[in-house]
Amino acid sequence: MSAMSPGLVPQGGVLSVPPTFVNDDESIRSWLLTTDHKRVGVLFFVSTALMMALGGAFALVLRIEHLTPERTIVDALAYNRLFTMHGVVMVFLFMIPAIPGAFGNFLVPIMIGAKDVAFPRLNIASFYFYFVGAIVVLVAMQAGGLDTGWTFYTPYSVQSPSAVVPTLIGLFIVGWSSILTGLNFIVTIHTMRAKGLGWMRMPLFVWSIYGTSIIQVLATPVLGLAVALVAIDHGLDWGLFDPARGGDPVLFQHLFWFYSHPAVYIMILPAMGVVTEVVCTFCRKNPFSYRAIAYSSLGIAFVGFLTWGHHMFVAGLSVFDAGAFGILSMLVGIFSAIKVFTWVGTMYRGSIAFKTPLLYVFTFLFLFVFGGMTGIAVATTSLDVHWHDTYFVVAHFHFIMVGGTLTAYLAGLHYWFPKVTGRLYSERWGMLAAALVSAGFFVTFFPQFLLGNAGMPRRYYDYPPEYQTLHVISTVGSWVLASGMILTVTYLAWALKSGKRAGNNPWHSASYEWLTRSPPPPHNFDDTPAFVSDPYDYTETGRLSHE
Amino acid sequence: MNELLRRLLSLPPQASRMARDIDMLHYFVIGVTMLASFLVGVVAWTFIVRYRQKAHQEVTVRVEAPLAFEVPMIVGVLALFLLWWAIGFRQFIEISTPPPHTLDIYVTAKQWMWKFSYPEGPSAVEELTVPAGRPVRLIMTSRDVIHSLYIPALRLKQDVIPGRYVTMWFEADKPGTYPIYCAEYCGVSHSRMRGRLVVLSDEDYGVWLAASEAQAVAPRDTDGVATPSDSNLRSVGQAVAVRRACFACHTVDGQRHVGPTWRGLYDSKVKLTDGRTVVADEAYLTKSMMEPRADVVLGFNPVMPSYHAVLSEPETAALVEFIKSLRDAPVAPGVVLPPVETRPEP
Repeated sequence: MSAMSPGLVPQGGVLSVPPTFVNDDESIRSWLLTTDHKRVGVLFFVSTALMMALGGAFALVLRIEHLTPERTIVDALAYNRLFTMHGVVMVFLFMIPAIPGAFGNFLVPIMIGAKDVAFPRLNIASFYFYFVGAIVVLVAMQAGGLDTGWTFYTPYSVQSPSAVVPTLIGLFIVGWSSILTGLNFIVTIHTMRAKGLGWMRMPLFVWSIYGTSIIQVLATPVLGLAVALVAIDHGLDWGLFDPARGGDPVLFQHLFWFYSHPAVYIMILPAMGVVTEVVCTFCRKNPFSYRAIAYSSLGIAFVGFLTWGHHMFVAGLSVFDAGAFGILSMLVGIFSAIKVFTWVGTMYRGSIAFKTPLLYVFTFLFLFVFGGMTGIAVATTSLDVHWHDTYFVVAHFHFIMVGGTLTAYLAGLHYWFPKVTGRLYSERWGMLAAALVSAGFFVTFFPQFLLGNAGMPRRYYDYPPEYQTLHVISTVGSWVLASGMILTVTYLAWALKSGKRAGNNPWHSASYEWLTRSPPPPHNFDDTPAFVSDPYDYTETGRLSHE
Repeated sequence: MNELLRRLLSLPPQASRMARDIDMLHYFVIGVTMLASFLVGVVAWTFIVRYRQKAHQEVTVRVEAPLAFEVPMIVGVLALFLLWWAIGFRQFIEISTPPPHTLDIYVTAKQWMWKFSYPEGPSAVEELTVPAGRPVRLIMTSRDVIHSLYIPALRLKQDVIPGRYVTMWFEADKPGTYPIYCAEYCGVSHSRMRGRLVVLSDEDYGVWLAASEAQAVAPRDTDGVATPSDSNLRSVGQAVAVRRACFACHTVDGQRHVGPTWRGLYDSKVKLTDGRTVVADEAYLTKSMMEPRADVVLGFNPVMPSYHAVLSEPETAALVEFIKSLRDAPVAPGVVLPPVETRPEP
């Protein structure tokens, strides 16, 4: 601890209860009007977690519906609305804001030794943009029965009588939240690093949030534009996407994927940052290659903008364009491969504590390699023709989004739970829940690859009976996955109230966020921090500088 | 081996040579994917066990990835990905490039049915009948939203877009009946928009065609316009041309009029006012009806009105078929045709 602040209250200090960001002012008003990045992070965490529960509930109903080839519990219209709501809620209201909004907000300023983000009021504004937008989206979808799928493909979305316009207005508002969060992080990371903290010594989670922020700022306006055009077409009948009046229905797909492919990296890049932090702490090792991880985050952020056409190989793209987008997609895959090598290499000659976060990371590694390489497979033009819009693609992106992002999110949640709450969760229940989530996930989504191979199109309410066996296995898996999630919520809620006191640094991590108290004081540090140690130094010298 | 892997991966039957070729690449890619994720899992697990923490707050040594390890890894993975790309793209070019002399069938998609119209006259809903061993080209359009014609047994799929004519070709080689699905979400009954591909041997196809032509009674489409099944698609096209007054500006015997003649137009190279040269294929002919001012032929004035929302899709298909039939039509006496540059046979 000598590295930064002699004034810190020692671990387990008993002299007095020092102020933390939680007990500083406990009124509801102070929480709702806070400009403290940590409280904004908690607000984001609570609301995005509720959205995940909601999106998960929709998914469970969808899975139950597929127990039989014909109607099981809902009719076709309700089914179409449910998969639309599942997609919209999970993508726009959970995946995109969850890790940057919750973990990013809480940790980035602490990790770079700042007292707050560069624009604290913009930060809370960003939360309210999200909150208001989310409510508009939810009310519109619920009341208006949106049934276009989360992709809003024209001309169907222009002709559908459902609440397309109010939903898009809600998403437009949520987009502002994403842009403001990204902007805030970029400025914060550029201007507010502690004295002596160079770019190449920042914790790698900060690099991943930096890459994510660039995508959020550059890509989200294009989504805003695309949804605005659909809303105009729907409301004012301009015929932008109507071929009978000279419009082009495929134009929308270009605009939509120009955002929504990079958005996949908005969802996975912060997760990769979490994995890096967890691997280094629990293996007590420096990253196998700091530069490889830092630069590959930037590589993903930039090359990710050039691959949107691989969603449109069968949508009438020219053969040349398909080839070009195919080869660019191969390049973006390389950056992910570099990260995987580096994570596994980091484990080499480490001192590995196999705790819940690391079990999640182990699951992540397996699922992410499988999910990522099936992404290369669907970017292989001739193979994609068969797989496009089938369950193979559904399985592929759930391997990345759930197998990748969600497991990393849960790894981070357990890793930083003591940081935020000052308490420990139960390791035994944690391992059990992680095993349930991992197994449940695999049983749910692996059969969907086979369904896709067999030709089962996605977004099908009815299906030919030969697909039933695999559907039933998948549905059973979803129950195991759900039970793991419910178990997690239960023991974490219990730990929040009654968990053992964690002390400031229960994992004995060298990373900067653990240099201050847990939970952190209102302005993050009791004294001005000077980060002289390396955040990943677990050698003899590192030990001397930390303890 | 093929049969075993196909069943293991629960792939549908392979009804064409292309389907078998694509499956070979499929086995390669998915095999490597499974192997790679398994290896990563095993290596990570080995490290977790081998390097498990033995003492509290243990100190470790600093290990940096040597360049001699990183570079070959990256180059190796990139080479593998590019190999897949190269094989896949070669196959993609093949499935995107129809051979000459295909059997053309017109496909009209609408919520929620597939309609298949044959140049010889008959048309069918939901059932696409084709001969085995002959290249078939589908010329497709949609009347409402985007649909996608998906035939798993051929490993083929193509989005069908309103206002555009897109093509897809295949050569089935195994007689049988295979499912057709709509793969692009198109509304409440999307999952009911299914059909069947019936592949018949050449003789059976001839028998089927003769029987269908004989049976073709004239059903009326919902909008009261004659459908291609009324009679021969070409004569329907001619009737449409009369009804829509196309002959006010276009001739069929090579004579110059307000617009270019249709005689010998199909498949020829056309010079445009803006200097470009295009091949007058089905897509060009259709686009020229819908957006006539986009590609104006050199020497003519941009005076043609758009026939967007005027011509129905079956009418357009019939007109295109009619224009195609005029490729070698007789020339009017006294007309000297300029040398027509045709597309070379590949």
